[in-house]
Amino acid sequence: MLKETDIQKKNRLDFSTGWSYDPAPESRDHITIKEQYGHFINGKFTKPIEGNYFPTISPSTEEEISQIAVGSAADVDAAVKSARKAYSKTWSKMSGRDRGRYLFRIARMIQERAREFAVIESMDGGKPIRESRDVDIPLAAAHFFYYAGWADKLEYAFPGRKPKPIGVAGQIIPWNFPLLMAAWKLAPALATGNTVVLKPAETTSLTCLKLAEIIQEADLPPGVVNFVTGAGDTGAAIVNHEDIDKIAFTGSTAVGKIIQKAIAGTGKKLTLELGGKAPNIIFEDAAVDQAVEGIINGIFFNQGHVCCAGSRLFVQESIADEVRDKLIDRIATLRVGDPLDKNTDVGAINSKEQLDTINRYLEIGLNEGADIFQSSCELPEKGYWCCPTLVANVSQSHRIVQEEVFGPVLTIQTFRTPEEVLEKANNTPYGLSGGVWTDKGSKIFNMTSGIKAGVLWANTFNKFDPTSPFGGYKESGLGREGGLHGLTPYLNI
Amino acid sequence: MKQSVSETPDFRKTIPIDQVGVEERVAKFNTRSIKKESKLYALKLALSMVDLTTLEGADSPGRVRQLCYKAMHPHDRIEDIPKVAAVCVYPSFVRLAKETLKGSGVNVASVATAFPSGWATMKSKIEEVRYCVEEGADEIDMVISRGEFLKGNYGYIFDEVAAVKEACGDAHLKVILETGELQTLDNVRKASDIAMYAGADFIKTSTGKISPAATQPVTLVMLEAIRDFYYKTGTRIGMKPAGGIRDAKLALRYLVMVRETLGSEWLTPDMFRFGASSLANDLLMQIVKQQTGVYQSSDYFSKD
Repeated sequence: MLKETDIQKKNRLDFSTGWSYDPAPESRDHITIKEQYGHFINGKFTKPIEGNYFPTISPSTEEEISQIAVGSAADVDAAVKSARKAYSKTWSKMSGRDRGRYLFRIARMIQERAREFAVIESMDGGKPIRESRDVDIPLAAAHFFYYAGWADKLEYAFPGRKPKPIGVAGQIIPWNFPLLMAAWKLAPALATGNTVVLKPAETTSLTCLKLAEIIQEADLPPGVVNFVTGAGDTGAAIVNHEDIDKIAFTGSTAVGKIIQKAIAGTGKKLTLELGGKAPNIIFEDAAVDQAVEGIINGIFFNQGHVCCAGSRLFVQESIADEVRDKLIDRIATLRVGDPLDKNTDVGAINSKEQLDTINRYLEIGLNEGADIFQSSCELPEKGYWCCPTLVANVSQSHRIVQEEVFGPVLTIQTFRTPEEVLEKANNTPYGLSGGVWTDKGSKIFNMTSGIKAGVLWANTFNKFDPTSPFGGYKESGLGREGGLHGLTPYLNI
Repeated sequence: MKQSVSETPDFRKTIPIDQVGVEERVAKFNTRSIKKESKLYALKLALSMVDLTTLEGADSPGRVRQLCYKAMHPHDRIEDIPKVAAVCVYPSFVRLAKETLKGSGVNVASVATAFPSGWATMKSKIEEVRYCVEEGADEIDMVISRGEFLKGNYGYIFDEVAAVKEACGDAHLKVILETGELQTLDNVRKASDIAMYAGADFIKTSTGKISPAATQPVTLVMLEAIRDFYYKTGTRIGMKPAGGIRDAKLALRYLVMVRETLGSEWLTPDMFRFGASSLANDLLMQIVKQQTGVYQSSDYFSKD
């Protein structure tokens, strides 16, 4: 593997010497984390029935932050019972206006405690504070605000229908955007009158449990929202519970397939938001410097732990060298390190396990003959880290091009014609997102209608908004979250 | 290193710039948190990059002398305060400024070519430049003919810059694009390219007489043009945002842009300047604050 400084390139820029920024860590003084967390069932923190806990650690320091309860089938059962009771006794009977008031309240309380949430998100998950502060937490609040607005307008969303809630929803969310994914799942389910049993990912339970505190303070009726923590077994107990009416899962395609098999024939409704290997296509008539920023943001945002990351770059051959050279200089300016430092661009890899996965793929790439180079960033001694990585000299047949790495790893391919790049872009089992960069409007429409993906960006990448539906084609999932479309999976219309 | 004509691009072709993307990038630069030692270093660096400027109809020999003294002695109460880079004046004051600054290492820059509008014959512009150089100007700040640019007469701008460069002799040439009148970022990029290929040593945003003057998006587009020119030719062109940069916080944001777009080789007064008059005092105030821990009243800083 090569370091970016090893690349032979004339007229290099020097980003390593001269003026640099001193550490600017965000304060941790204002946050409180308990030593141990139970589940949140029926409006109260409860001890796990079997009494087991596991540590949650900070991936940037490998220090234990807190102890999290292991959810057993019995815990899940208690949570579902509480959700069922809340559904039939209160929540499904409450007026949409009153449900909306609770959601507005939760949204405002997230805003009020935004700093605390941002710091905990970065400590527990490893993402840079700049992203948790400017993206994750504000967007989570925005989702609650948005769906709070729909709660009393469902009949206008579906004119001529009488939309009714489904019942108890089982929701399982991933570790890449812990609070934001909880908001994506909870807000539409609650706005439409359903109650919820939600399991956060085992490496990132903390902000969910802090959200439980807000839910308590907001006086949400007990049992409307229940959190059961734990790993895959806990998730399986939710999926297989007989009194759950709907499963919403965000995570890997492999687990998504298992869930779909497990609930086949049960009558449970299902939405899946799974993996991706998104094409990011740069034409020669694009605004190149802004496209380079878009490429960087597309793959290195959240260390590349993004299902819709632009992990496959396609550059038109005439500008391929120029874009490559610019990317090499640009990754040299990315600051990798302490997630709590306000100047950090790329934080820690979420877990040891995920770091192993990424390294395994880099080895596969090397064995396949790819040219792999990384920025020469200095890494902290402790913690899980991966320098921003570019992979060139690869084709559609390389596994590193085909499979989801879920890390800061970008493959680079070239193309000559729109037909060629469309064929390559669609030549994947995934279909979650994609990006097109060109100054020509007609080309944008032509390309985006040809790419088989649920989310498409033109001259930008990784932009999210609660009003916009999000979801995949093919093995990237089924159903949509966000926007008006995000109401339908939680309603009988 | 001069460019041969065959390498000069066709300026009728527009290099597209995406304004939304530029603004987004600027917003990201502005989240950088500059603290402690790195802040003090940057404040002093910024001070050493200032072109102290007086360009008023009411300028007087006395005022120019005061400004020159301030340039050499920004704040003698504190040690280790750098001198500013240059004093920028109208042609009539070049000789006086040159004499006052003699041996100090502070350069004299003169605006020229019918500053600020640029409406004059080529002949008189060249004469003006020659006059400034003879009077002792180290640097010439010329304006381009925006009327010809907006007409699409790009060849005129190229020839104009090239002719002025020739008249400059050993003096450094800064080319003012007056981006507030060019309006679009596409135009800013095009004018930057024309100026660099025609021989500019520096490109500069504004005269300070038109609003908006320097903005961060415009400066970023110009820095990226400089970067592309360096990639292609190996020649380093300098950058000078001018007008509207009044406080230290904003100046540091500009330095962050330079640092992360062009790297450390541009973080010197030879390659980057601030055209400003009130900025120097705010930088001094912040330097004193960093060193003593308290803010002092603005009455402790000379207003020349």
